[in-house]
Amino acid sequence: MTRLRLFLRHPFWQAVLLLVVSYLAFTVGVRYVPPLFRVASAPVPGSVVLQYMFIAIVGILIFVSSDELRWRTFKQPLHATLVDQDKRWLRGGLLVAVPVLLGFATYQQARPKVEAPIQLRSIHPAPPGQITFRGKAMQLSGLENPLRKSGSMADHLREGKRVYYQNCIACHGDRLDGAGHYAHGFSPAPANFSDNGTIAQLTESYVFWRVAKGGPGLPREGTPWNSAMPVWENYLTEDEIWSVVMFLYDQAGWQPRRWEASPEERKNPTGAKQPAAPNAPKAGGAK
Amino acid sequence: MTPMLALLQQAVTDTTGAYGHFPGVGGRGAVWVAAEVHLMFAAFVLGVPMFAVITELIGIVSKDEKYDKLSHEFTRLLVFAYSATALWGAMLLFALTTLYPKFWAHMTKIFSVSMWIYVSLFFVESFTLYLYYYGWERWQFGRGKWFHWGLGVLLNVWGTTVMLIANGWLTYMMSPPTGATAEGLPKGVTMWNAIANATWIPINIHRLIANAVFGGAIVAAYAAYRFLAAKTPEERAHYDWMGYVGNFIAISTFIVLPFAGYWLGREIYQYNQQMGITMMGGFMSWLWIVQAVLIGVLFLCANYYLWLGMARIPGAERFVPYTKWMLLLLIVCWIAWSTPHTMIATRDELVSMGGAHHPFLNVLGVMSAKNTAVNLMILTTFLSFLIYRRANKESVVPWARTGTLIQGAMFVIAAAVVLFYGVYGYFVEAIVRIGFSVYQVGAVLMCILGVSIIDAFIGRGARSRGEIRWGQMPERSQYALFVLAVTFTWLMGLMGFARSGIRQHWHVWEVMRDTSPDAFTPALGYAANMISLCVLIFLSLVAFIFWLGGLAERASHAVAPEPHGVAIPPGIAVARPGAAPVTGD
Repeated sequence: MTRLRLFLRHPFWQAVLLLVVSYLAFTVGVRYVPPLFRVASAPVPGSVVLQYMFIAIVGILIFVSSDELRWRTFKQPLHATLVDQDKRWLRGGLLVAVPVLLGFATYQQARPKVEAPIQLRSIHPAPPGQITFRGKAMQLSGLENPLRKSGSMADHLREGKRVYYQNCIACHGDRLDGAGHYAHGFSPAPANFSDNGTIAQLTESYVFWRVAKGGPGLPREGTPWNSAMPVWENYLTEDEIWSVVMFLYDQAGWQPRRWEASPEERKNPTGAKQPAAPNAPKAGGAK
Repeated sequence: MTPMLALLQQAVTDTTGAYGHFPGVGGRGAVWVAAEVHLMFAAFVLGVPMFAVITELIGIVSKDEKYDKLSHEFTRLLVFAYSATALWGAMLLFALTTLYPKFWAHMTKIFSVSMWIYVSLFFVESFTLYLYYYGWERWQFGRGKWFHWGLGVLLNVWGTTVMLIANGWLTYMMSPPTGATAEGLPKGVTMWNAIANATWIPINIHRLIANAVFGGAIVAAYAAYRFLAAKTPEERAHYDWMGYVGNFIAISTFIVLPFAGYWLGREIYQYNQQMGITMMGGFMSWLWIVQAVLIGVLFLCANYYLWLGMARIPGAERFVPYTKWMLLLLIVCWIAWSTPHTMIATRDELVSMGGAHHPFLNVLGVMSAKNTAVNLMILTTFLSFLIYRRANKESVVPWARTGTLIQGAMFVIAAAVVLFYGVYGYFVEAIVRIGFSVYQVGAVLMCILGVSIIDAFIGRGARSRGEIRWGQMPERSQYALFVLAVTFTWLMGLMGFARSGIRQHWHVWEVMRDTSPDAFTPALGYAANMISLCVLIFLSLVAFIFWLGGLAERASHAVAPEPHGVAIPPGIAVARPGAAPVTGD
């Protein structure tokens, strides 16, 4: 018991223990603990575990070295391993084991693999300022969903529902969670509209652009996109796309992102036209 | 076919004679290095005078010589740094005129008058610096000292004005006024409109604060270098103190920098959605993860330095047990801040997550979590400063306990506000959530302000628990100061690339297209290499300047030798070898 207590109080073994606990928390903890509370989770990608472990190691090193006594005690086992006569076997073993481990890790990184290389993927590609929809120029910045100011909302939602269930459900799923019947065939997976990081962050004009132009209409920056989204302007009318956009927000329970009022609009809420100032923004921006 | 031909013809017309060639790194690479290193030196020569003039004023008011000596020591470095700034500025100018002649002709057409003012001010600034430095001994006492301090203020005024003009040019490239074309400005739009464009003021504020931060960090790194090279306890004590002052200025100004940066980002977004999304949600969004990791390093290093420094302060032992919990909070916040929303994953990992978003860690990927994390890190760092300041003081005011309780309550309220709006942000629409950051920032700033005011009064006439044993600082603490300076420099390069890169294939946004072979956004790896190269060049030259500073000092000592190495100014307690080490436990 005393040995265990001494062991637990020694900064070196505290550091080792913290390192192991951190690793387990990031790999096993994040994966298995939330489901115990009925919260969805999944394995953490290796890149993120690596990042977390870097932070954990920095934290642990700061912990052991921010106090002089603790730092000296921490270094004792390391120092003893490096210089003590009775530890020459351990020293020799480490001399072999450390390069072998490093070599193995390097080999694992460098060996040819059959899987596709890991990609950095931007989830929100930047939209162009203007698009052409079936020959009609549309200024995306400041553009609102025109159906919200005309006709019956219920009719638009009914129409959006029809469009969704005829065209989108196979990939984006019945619950709009990106888990449609064909979803498993795509990488990256179809967008999950119930996630607060997708349409909840965007204006309706942005979603209109994505639906209308699909994968082929994505900007050149950040390529390759690997998007299987069709160019829906070839199959749907403008109103059909606006109605399905409205349906997505209604069903997912998100409010579309609104356009922030420009300084001119704030000064002039009635909407009366003002002469353009030389430094006026190019177009109303969104946040 | 006809429109394609027309486009091709246009491209040929635009490109012919528009670009020069530079061997190796290409035209863009050459301009990148020249502009970045020039900017880093410019930040040096703007940041350090701010530092010098503040410390000189403290010296005049408190009649404490050591502040005057500190200020003088830094002005000596400025003389060398000014030359480097001018040299790199000339290199940038030559690179632009030879490699981007058409673009530069456009800029000179619009900004020629301001360019002449810029050069004249640089001239005046240089001579003010010479007067400031070489007149130090001549105007050391009485009214002369105030005159001398006035020269320091003027030096800052000229330097800041020069920066404002240059900021006008670069922000014009991002947010030109309405109606500007590749041929110039439309009728009725003046050069002033081009300078005072939509992002000019936010970048001025951001850079002004960043320069103060940078100045402090460079001062601290210089002090660390001299501390490690010190031969006598007096020298160690002096440079230990100098490192503390540099770090204090760097971190205390750094605390407000994220707010200024947030404002700049917001203005960019408001000017143009496409640039805003490219920056925050698109290709450049990965830079923010790198930035979060680096800023985490800064916060950790700053706190680490303070915690190590507490070992040389009598009375600090009572605060040491709390530092591990502060460290834990900083680490948790760092993890939250640096968690990417869209994760880099293998195909199998993507399948198991059901997309690029992790179903559980996803909550940490959005701004609500990140704003909460950074505000809590700021509060924690401020708390570290507070306990450091209080460590060897024993308040004598009768309301000290009540005051401390109020301060504690302020921290709790600020943290509660930050957490409340952080969590509430998940339940409201995006446009409302953005407004919450203002409440979070407001709560933190109010806490910092309120606690500082109370602390100033609590500390009045406080009894000392013992002198700070300057010089008795572990050497690893000085490496933390180096890390701070390197990280600040790297961050400048990184975020400068983000700001400039969001223009993509435009020299001037939607006014003048980049038709050179380099008109593509470079991959992050290439950008990181270029930034690292710039940082390496800059820091190598700064190391040379530091060495020159030491050389110049030795030369002056050869004329008037000090009896025991570097004179230790009054007011600094020196830790002699063999003095009992102070441990926190």
